Amino acid sequence: MQLNADNLACSRGGRDVFAGVGFSVASGEALVVAGRNGAGKSSLLRLIAGLVRIAGGTLDLQGGEPEASIAEQAHYVGHQDALKPTLSVGENLRFWAAFLGAAADDIEPALEAVGLAALADLPAAYLSAGQRRRLSIARLVAAPRPIWLLDEPTSALDTPSQARLVELMRGHLAGGGLIVAAAHGPIGLTQARELRLGAEG
Amino acid sequence: MTAFTALLLRDIRLSLRIGGGALMGALFFLIVVTLMPFAIGPDLNLLARIGPAILWLGALLASLLALDRLFAMDQDDGSLDLLMMGRMPLELAVLAKALAHWITTGLPLVIVAPVLGLMLNVELRAMGWVTLTLLAGTPALTFIGLVGAALSVALRRGGLLLPVLILPLTVPVLIFGVAAANAAIVGPAPFGPPFTILCALSLASLVLGPIAAAAALRHGLE
Repeated sequence: MQLNADNLACSRGGRDVFAGVGFSVASGEALVVAGRNGAGKSSLLRLIAGLVRIAGGTLDLQGGEPEASIAEQAHYVGHQDALKPTLSVGENLRFWAAFLGAAADDIEPALEAVGLAALADLPAAYLSAGQRRRLSIARLVAAPRPIWLLDEPTSALDTPSQARLVELMRGHLAGGGLIVAAAHGPIGLTQARELRLGAEG
Repeated sequence: MTAFTALLLRDIRLSLRIGGGALMGALFFLIVVTLMPFAIGPDLNLLARIGPAILWLGALLASLLALDRLFAMDQDDGSLDLLMMGRMPLELAVLAKALAHWITTGLPLVIVAPVLGLMLNVELRAMGWVTLTLLAGTPALTFIGLVGAALSVALRRGGLLLPVLILPLTVPVLIFGVAAANAAIVGPAPFGPPFTILCALSLASLVLGPIAAAAALRHGLE
């Protein structure tokens, strides 16, 4: 499986965010998108996720499911955690697992993977920012999809949780998945390639 | 569990939880209908004659009440992004949300309507007919409102526009709903034709509403 972008352009609110961006990520590879604030890191991820219209260029996926769009084979973890405060941790995750088409109803392993198993019955309103982020990452484990689009995934995470996330990402890459992550600093993947957006400064 | 039922059950559960607003519509309906006799005065014959129209107007306004939350909540917390990335066509996701919305806000209106008939001196048999027209017509209000809710999300903070967009489109539902109720109660026109048209409006909006709402949401992509 390979995700190819050629000469991609993005325009939001009448302003050109970036143009002429090209990259290619294959199974087992990670791409870290870097750049200053406003360079279009988040826009690029949302564009791949089908949430922002492509203003120019091409984006295609080789070797994926032919009948599914790229968005339908991708997980997107954005700045918002897509959690409902009145539902419990377990209910939130169980809903997303079912909606995203997970085969199994069992969400225990996914909660274990992010260290939230003990809080399954707690309403999500009481979670800290880091715990919310971890619950949103648990979604990626509960409903496997080959492409992970992570927007600053390590923000709000403490050191042990960051290490756990790196483990999850390594496991995903080893299983033939691919990752596109936007980040300011290193995200802990040594073999990741870097794509720099926008001019320096 | 399929994605459709998962979304339907989640939305029902959300609106039954604290702050979900499931009963707000029914309470608002109660208040509007209670205020009418105070405004109109204790003329029992007049109240009985315009009772069905008041109930219909109350139901129309009450069903608008929670409508702007339908997509705005999901947009605020990022859920809408993930709903658009689902394998289920967006039209079906929108349909599931609208059905959940009708079950938690439209259906309670239908259920409390017979009780409110007492306030308006509408006799019991007539109340049965009015309730039947509300049962057939409130889905149309929800599914027409669905399009407005999607448009207001696409416009970012367009919630205040919602009633202005939606109310003109609900005029046919109001006309045929009240016409069917009056036909059943006082005649002389038959009940069948306006009631059938009311059902047709509901069925047509059930199909067209989700398609238009999904198109509005997609158009809202930047």
